[in-house]
Amino acid sequence: MGRRGGSLVRSPRAGKEGGRNLANIATVQPDTFPKLLIRNAETFGGRPAIRHKDLGIWQSWTWAQVLDEVRALSVGLAALGLKRGDKLAIIGHNRPRLYWAMAAGQALGAVPVPLYVDSVAEEMAYVLDHAEATIAVVEDQEQVDKVLSLSDRLPKLSLIIYDETRGLRDYDHGRLKSISGVQAIGREQLAKDAAAPQRWQASVDAGKGEDLAIILYTSGTTGRPKGVMLTQENVLVSARNGNTFDNLTEKEEVIAYLPLAWVGDHIFSYAQSYVAGFCVNCPESPETVVEDRREIGTTYAFAPPRIYENLLTLTMVRMEDASALKRRLFHYFIAVARRWGEKILNHEPVPLHARLFYRLGEVLVYGPLKNRFGLSRIRVGYTAGEAIGPEIFRFYRALGINLKQLYGQTEASVYITAQPDAEIHAETVGKPNIDVDIKIAESGEVLFRSPGVFAGYYKDPDKTAEVKTPDGWVRTGDAGFLDPKTGHLKIIDRAKDVGRLNDGTLFAPKYIENKLKFYPNIKEAVALGDKRDFACVMLNIDLVAVGSWAERNNVVYGSYQELAGHPLVYDMIAGHVEEVNRSLAEEGVMAGAQIRRFLILHKELDADDGELTRTMKVRRGLIGERYAALVQALYDGSQAADIATQVTFEDGRKGTIAARVKIRGMTAVAAAPAAMEQAA
Amino acid sequence: MRAPSERDAAAGEVLLSVEKVSLAFGGVKALTEVSFDIRRKEIRAIIGPNGAGKTSMLNVINGFYHPQQGRITFRGQTRARMRPHEAARGGIARTFQNVALFKGMTALDNIMAGRSLKMHSGFLWQLLRYGPAMAEEVQHRRRVEEIIDFLEIAHIRKVQVGRLPYGLQKRVELGRALAMEPDLLLLDEPMAGMNLEEKEDMSRFIIDVNNQFGTTIALIEHDMGVVMDLSDRVVVLDYGRKIADGTPDAVKSDQAVIDAYLGVAH
Repeated sequence: MGRRGGSLVRSPRAGKEGGRNLANIATVQPDTFPKLLIRNAETFGGRPAIRHKDLGIWQSWTWAQVLDEVRALSVGLAALGLKRGDKLAIIGHNRPRLYWAMAAGQALGAVPVPLYVDSVAEEMAYVLDHAEATIAVVEDQEQVDKVLSLSDRLPKLSLIIYDETRGLRDYDHGRLKSISGVQAIGREQLAKDAAAPQRWQASVDAGKGEDLAIILYTSGTTGRPKGVMLTQENVLVSARNGNTFDNLTEKEEVIAYLPLAWVGDHIFSYAQSYVAGFCVNCPESPETVVEDRREIGTTYAFAPPRIYENLLTLTMVRMEDASALKRRLFHYFIAVARRWGEKILNHEPVPLHARLFYRLGEVLVYGPLKNRFGLSRIRVGYTAGEAIGPEIFRFYRALGINLKQLYGQTEASVYITAQPDAEIHAETVGKPNIDVDIKIAESGEVLFRSPGVFAGYYKDPDKTAEVKTPDGWVRTGDAGFLDPKTGHLKIIDRAKDVGRLNDGTLFAPKYIENKLKFYPNIKEAVALGDKRDFACVMLNIDLVAVGSWAERNNVVYGSYQELAGHPLVYDMIAGHVEEVNRSLAEEGVMAGAQIRRFLILHKELDADDGELTRTMKVRRGLIGERYAALVQALYDGSQAADIATQVTFEDGRKGTIAARVKIRGMTAVAAAPAAMEQAA
Repeated sequence: MRAPSERDAAAGEVLLSVEKVSLAFGGVKALTEVSFDIRRKEIRAIIGPNGAGKTSMLNVINGFYHPQQGRITFRGQTRARMRPHEAARGGIARTFQNVALFKGMTALDNIMAGRSLKMHSGFLWQLLRYGPAMAEEVQHRRRVEEIIDFLEIAHIRKVQVGRLPYGLQKRVELGRALAMEPDLLLLDEPMAGMNLEEKEDMSRFIIDVNNQFGTTIALIEHDMGVVMDLSDRVVVLDYGRKIADGTPDAVKSDQAVIDAYLGVAH
């Protein structure tokens, strides 16, 4: 470390926002979590710091009370032998006492290591062993059992501390203690020994910004999880910059429901709360999150795309069951919202009648709907983790919910880029966050440099060196480019999947495929082009969507194969491909990778035939081999090709499908500058 | 799964004993001279093939049926017949083979209903929700919330039970029985119609109830695996007669039991 010289961290925007809240009056910010806690207890003493719904009632603790609880726990932990540099494993759902355990450990200079609650025993054993955790703080009996079952493989682990006592009464308490029991030890010491409070304070004061704050294990899709080490400074400067970026104050309300082991939760529900002083709400149980969110009325929210997708699907399904009048009202005003909502949210000029209709819709539809979602009071909502469908994204924005996209990584303490308010482009992930530098490598890979850059992978300098360059840049593993028009970052694919055409143009298969699959008529797409002269695609039509289209357009067909080969279907799909080409043409670096030829496959790609993975991702390599004849035809200029493929039927029998597949050529659209002139 | 040592020490004192109970409906003998006892803090299973008289036995215990012969001693009090409300007041709660909840009410209200015997303020006060009645309701609600938390049904607290899946309805019914804070809990096929996961959940709840609250439990169950895992002692009925009584292991190897289940010529 020491890259930033270990200097005291100054809030970069403190002057500019003078007087917005007390937190920013001080020019020198506390540089560790425990110091922030003490500051918060002084500054926001009476404000709620954390709530937990228990026995049907929201129990809350003020910052002053949290300080008291954390100190008691911390002194208790010290009495049980936790010391500077030790690792403190934390396993459980989002509960106040588990968050306190993090701060209590950090006050002693110990490093919390949160684990995923639902990880299997094997994975848990690996992380606990690799992190060399000495004490584990866990939620309940389930986690106690899991850790106990691994105990013979974890010689370093000497104590398990639990929050929920239920079912644990009959356990052997030799290596088991309750959190309240540990706090009682702490309280007793604090009361008995006059020097104990000062000793604790001294331990807090000894903490420095460059100290390790947390180790977050990333669940790698390949190989063992890696322990990302983040320093106090990494986490707190990132959190502070995030707060400044979105003007977050002590008045925000968030709900903490994402895994503690995930960097997102650590920043949003822990670090940003400590920095800004806002209140974190822990739901009653994982199943009650939506209801709990509604009761709290969160102002700042964070969720992976699937949560937004689920909410939307649920709404749509419920609307189908609603009365005819309600359904018509809903669809009418949703159409109004889709047309004007985003423009209003982005402060663009809109005609008066649109504003009036939108207001009416707000009263009749959007307001009640947002209330259902628990998003009535939302000021800033983020989606991240993976790409969100533009349709879904726009739906929420159209309702007036300020949903934005963010691109981040554990290695960056979350923030790399984010969309600033009113600068939203659905396909981008926004601009570099405060203090973040971005560069695009020759290969198209995105690199970043920021105060949040991690210290390294725990006990793995080789892996660290692979990712982190000597001058402080970090490889993200994602390929992307900066949109020339807006300066926003677009992520196109995993870097290892990105190739080049023979003329050197960037070729990102998934990016092209996703654009195509955005059309309901196209079910699957396989893009080809790496080390070729131009890009081609092989497509699957969606039988349901195209079937209904065929009905409406009097296209007669007897089978999937016949429909797929129908000239009118080809015409329709060609229209989609042309639109994709046009959108590629507008994107500078991608313009050269427009689709020049395409074909519609005579059969659906199928997981049973090994063409798709079980999670429905195309296996490019295998498809390239199996359809070699078609690939050759795509590139040798022929108009059609014969193919026979083996298929596996549902009952396991094998058969062969033979077909003559037609190939359609496309003309490339002129590249970006021309398109822009046209638009102007 | 649990620590037997502590439990065995606690068990011992007889909570309920059934002596030579016979029950007949006209000419049909449902129970013939059945005797057994239930000890404090144990989990007692009553098993047997279809029509063996298991549910009749439960109905006799909590006063639905009145036996023609025999005595029942509960907490030292012997009586030939008991009425259901006396049984409830005396600390016997039960769940039913076919869930018997108020379908139009929420899970919360259903469980609150289980507290009605414990409410002392008058009907009018309760109607007004004022003064002592309010204080009392708050106190009862707290107890009910503890049960909701215990059974992990917070997410369905305000859902009408008629809309809940079967497994959850069963759990709500257990909640209502627990709300009575019974000394003896009778469970009539608590796991009927459940899938494996639901069965495992329910088993855990039964063990926890027994463990945490010290509630004595008598249950009827068809799933032999569940019975053998859960119960401390098992009584086996066949054609209204007791054919075996003892620990799960002893019962499992009993020839009469094997015959009853596999079937022999009578």
